[in-house]
Amino acid sequence: MSIPVYKFDAVVVGAGGAGLRSAIQLSEAGQKTAVLSKVFPTRSHTVAAQGGVAASLGNSEEDNWRWHMYDTVKGSDWLGDQDSIEFMCKKAVEAVVDLEHYGMPFDRVDNGKIYQRPFGGHMSNFGEKPVRRACAAADRTGHAMLHAMYQRNVKANTQFFVEWMALDLIRDREGVVVGVTAMEMETGQIVAFHARAVIFATGGSGRIFASSTNAFINTGDGLGMAARAGIPLEDMEFWQFHPTGVAGAGVLITEGVRGEGGILRNADKERFMERYAPNAKDLASRDVVSRAMTTEIKEGRGCGPNKDYVLLDITHLDPATIMKRLPGIREISIQFAGVDPIKEPIPVVPTCHYQMGGIPTSYDGRVVGAGNAVVPGFYAAGECACASVHGANRLGTNSLLDLLVFGKSAGDSAVEDLKKGAAHRDLPADAVDASLARVEAINNRTGGVSVFDARQAISRTMQDHAGVFRFADLLQKGAAQILEVEKTVRNLEIKDKSQVWNTARVEALETENLIEVAKATMISAEARKESRGAHVRDDAPDTPEFPNGRNDKEWLKHTLWHRDGNRIEYKPVRLDPLTVETVALKTRSY
Amino acid sequence: MTKRTLQFSIYRYDPDKDERPYMQAISVEMEDTEHKLLDALTKLKARDESIAYRRSCREGVCGSDAMNINGKNGLACLTDVDSLKQPIVLKPLPGLPVIRDLIVDMTQFFKQYHSIKPYLINNDPPPERERLQSPEDREELNGLYECILCACCSTACPSFWWNPDKFVGPAGLLAAYRFLADTRDQATNERLDNLEDPYRLFRCHTIMSCVDVCPKGLNPTRAIGKIRDMLVKRAV
Repeated sequence: MSIPVYKFDAVVVGAGGAGLRSAIQLSEAGQKTAVLSKVFPTRSHTVAAQGGVAASLGNSEEDNWRWHMYDTVKGSDWLGDQDSIEFMCKKAVEAVVDLEHYGMPFDRVDNGKIYQRPFGGHMSNFGEKPVRRACAAADRTGHAMLHAMYQRNVKANTQFFVEWMALDLIRDREGVVVGVTAMEMETGQIVAFHARAVIFATGGSGRIFASSTNAFINTGDGLGMAARAGIPLEDMEFWQFHPTGVAGAGVLITEGVRGEGGILRNADKERFMERYAPNAKDLASRDVVSRAMTTEIKEGRGCGPNKDYVLLDITHLDPATIMKRLPGIREISIQFAGVDPIKEPIPVVPTCHYQMGGIPTSYDGRVVGAGNAVVPGFYAAGECACASVHGANRLGTNSLLDLLVFGKSAGDSAVEDLKKGAAHRDLPADAVDASLARVEAINNRTGGVSVFDARQAISRTMQDHAGVFRFADLLQKGAAQILEVEKTVRNLEIKDKSQVWNTARVEALETENLIEVAKATMISAEARKESRGAHVRDDAPDTPEFPNGRNDKEWLKHTLWHRDGNRIEYKPVRLDPLTVETVALKTRSY
Repeated sequence: MTKRTLQFSIYRYDPDKDERPYMQAISVEMEDTEHKLLDALTKLKARDESIAYRRSCREGVCGSDAMNINGKNGLACLTDVDSLKQPIVLKPLPGLPVIRDLIVDMTQFFKQYHSIKPYLINNDPPPERERLQSPEDREELNGLYECILCACCSTACPSFWWNPDKFVGPAGLLAAYRFLADTRDQATNERLDNLEDPYRLFRCHTIMSCVDVCPKGLNPTRAIGKIRDMLVKRAV
């Protein structure tokens, strides 16, 4: 069957921070670029980032990128690749300055420079004490950043395909990526985008969990497409649970609240983080804080009638500071927790927030597929990619930095490859068959499972078997159960048959991506028999031989999950930075 | 809040099968933990997946789920469902063409936003580090940069309903002033020229519907007033 073919030099899938940043590089270099997005660009989930973007500007106190690099390696529990981490931390200042030049309305300090606040795990002098490294626009940093980058793209005349959903990656016989198929949501029309470079910037997939800070759109579309095209997914067992989601609602409360002096308290009003992280306290790394909170709740010191949350207290802060630095948080608390944080503490629980793993890339944004070989024509950046800078646990504000630095480097790499001037390779004869067949099956199936039920099955399975603390028996059960759930996902039925803005069909297609992410997560988690960063299991406890349950002898390696046969393989962590000495292995404590 | 059943009347129109739009009566049972209009819509959609609306962040920052709620524009995710008179009447944003159900064609809205050159213009070679801006100068951008482009304001504005192709509308003018107010921007004259026109700016009759509906508490009317002041100052 033939469908329309649109020809571009480059196609960027996703118009959040990473997609927009790479599109700037492509458009300003004069490459004919299409950016596809399920939503209008400024509705992408980068918009919800609050607290800041990390860069060692040193505007308020001494700082440098080596300290930032040390913190990031330590935060990653040494699973991060040190070449990528050096690259990111070194480029951070330039990345933030670029944004400022694009017009981003950063807050300012008295001398006119960018305002910076402390954030969890960011320290001066190799882990000594918290440092002001998070560059902020009030508590709306992601919003300000996303709008500034969209605006820069308007200036650069980037061509957007708004409310188009990418369906599948197109690879030719040699495995070279030559385009994507996509569906225009308004009309249901399917088109092949024929390109010489395809950049995935499709964001996260936190919607695999029942309780998540993530937007509805975060369904792992890029990961699903990559997995179906034979690209392995890296380190998918590592999911960040943000300490402070609003209890019940899941909406994010930035760590910047603790950066501005907020304190976590249990039912006894105790500042319990002093026991878990005597040095960094409430500004310890997110995995550490989330586990501490979960332990407090489990041991009966939770708050409220069901003792199932803890309190985030800023009532001791000057109301003027709250109004100036945390106005969005006050709105969210009033809206979703029913409390004004100036007067009352906010009920919070650890909530699924960020996927550390993703499509394997090197620090230049090029995708590294099976057999550790670069996949020609394919690039990825942002949350959907795994460079890997976050390793087993991401530091707050490093996500916005990741999407800036690797969005740019993926764009630059694509430009570099495009300038070599090779012609478009032919689309394979069967380029669109798989996508058309999938959509046809969803359109025509009767007697199947509803999208709503299938999604519930996925998110319950993940929530119950792969949470903040993990248990060997539950991991095994979860890995088996998710394969059962997959069968229902292969049997989706939609009642809505319209061609016009068919949201049921979009959600069905998203569900087919969610299940790939869920499988990758469950199976990778079951396989990793140690505790590291955000992956902590009961049968790998803290012992003298294995402090914190981490086993570097056997498990200092990246997981690669292959969709085909749910096969797991491993690859070494890149411990050698680009120019400096390796940050040596050490037991992690805050 | 305990379990309760809510009655809805929802605008439905699917051009693929409906000859004309109609209002659908439908009810939904809400759990005690569900408070927002978007929670209700999510539940309704689980029952009838054909109800089409946009949504994403569900916390009032992405601007997707703007709609007309009991006659007033707002975001479903920030609207307390129990505060609404029943049956809760949901319609698409007024003044823009309906594509399907609660989804409108926002082309005209974004065209106006793009028409004001919504990006910083500064032709000096960029310095090595950030351009400096005093905290006081930065504060001028508060109440302007927070816009989420949900279109609640422009589609509540009678002037925009009449001249969506000629009047920039409150959202676009708020954005225009966001750049006029930025000390880093150098295109003040060009921006004012672009607005000095009987329609683009001056169709605002200070009805203030925009202020009334903005889910972020912003004040486009004040921004429009400031642009007028700048034009007057420039003329003398």
